[in-house]
Amino acid sequence: MVRVIAAVLALAFATPAFADAPIPVTLQNHRFTPNVIHVKANRPFAIHLFNKDASADEFDSSALKVEKVVSGNSDGIVRIRPLAPGKYPFMGEYHSATAQGVVIAQ
Amino acid sequence: MLATLVIVFREVIEAGLIVGIVLAATQGVPRRSLWVTYGVGGGVLGACLVAAFAGELASLFEGSGQEIFNATILLLAVCMLTWHNVWMAGHGREMARAMKAVGVEVSAGQRSLAALAIVVGVAVLREGSEVVLFLYGIASQGGTSQSAMLLGGALGLVAGAGVSALMFLGLLQIPAGKLFSVTAWLITLLAAGMAAQAVLFLQQGGYLQFLQSTLWDTSWLLSQDSIGGRLLHTLIGYSDAPNGAQLIAYLATIAIIMGLTRWEHARHPRGSQIPKPA
Repeated sequence: MVRVIAAVLALAFATPAFADAPIPVTLQNHRFTPNVIHVKANRPFAIHLFNKDASADEFDSSALKVEKVVSGNSDGIVRIRPLAPGKYPFMGEYHSATAQGVVIAQ
Repeated sequence: MLATLVIVFREVIEAGLIVGIVLAATQGVPRRSLWVTYGVGGGVLGACLVAAFAGELASLFEGSGQEIFNATILLLAVCMLTWHNVWMAGHGREMARAMKAVGVEVSAGQRSLAALAIVVGVAVLREGSEVVLFLYGIASQGGTSQSAMLLGGALGLVAGAGVSALMFLGLLQIPAGKLFSVTAWLITLLAAGMAAQAVLFLQQGGYLQFLQSTLWDTSWLLSQDSIGGRLLHTLIGYSDAPNGAQLIAYLATIAIIMGLTRWEHARHPRGSQIPKPA
């Protein structure tokens, strides 16, 4: 029993190796490049966000259900759950006037 | 200025609703404003620290430090809310009499207040650190008029506090006999929503990678981006597209709080009927 629980916990808390390499996205002058990201539907993926601006921003998307602060001149991994086909807008919450993008799952 | 106003308003409301519920839930407990003040003060301090060390925090746990941190403080709040509700189930009657007799049980109530102060602190810390980072970003850019930023921030603060105060005053309209029962339910749902949010952060951090598919999507009915959706998200953990693991965490939290509450209630047979979210 203990072994089963340990195995389940190990499974739950092991950081999984991602099948696909994270998709690099750059944030510069408060704009995302690329700002349209195509991914396969029903498959988890990750975005590797490089923030080239001096100030922090928050990669925020209620559609993707993620929020992650990335400090200025820094980078971060944003892991995203498997998506049904569709369009999922995201933004840099602190500069939402310009920092806009969309994930398209097909 | 508008951007500052919107962000500050949004974050203040999210923390303010939680403070409102805590204040309503502790009606009549001596020294509660002191504890709530501790909570807010500690939260603001913590928010500045988190904002200052955001980079260092993020790089922990192979880049998942921020997610782990968020999930941890949310789960801490869930434990504190649970503990408060269970404590209330056993001591509701003393609470009702608290105004008259400041006895041993009421001083034990200070411990429950300390738990809720932690909840307040966590709420302020989470929302506050985002505000600090955002304002710091704007301020460091120069260019943008600083006074406009200050004005926007101040207006957002006032508006957010105003809405939270309205909700608190609304709760106070509930007859005293039913107030604790209502706040017990609110706290239960608040805790359940926080647990579900913690699961989301853990998944985002690369953990709990199961049952991740969206169960249903009600964004056509009530989007989580709308004001109503945001309020419900904070209050009862509304999600327009939850996944399986989140739902399990949500329901399990409710079941655990209800179970513990009943058990504690049964241990105090002469206790009051008041705080029973069941």
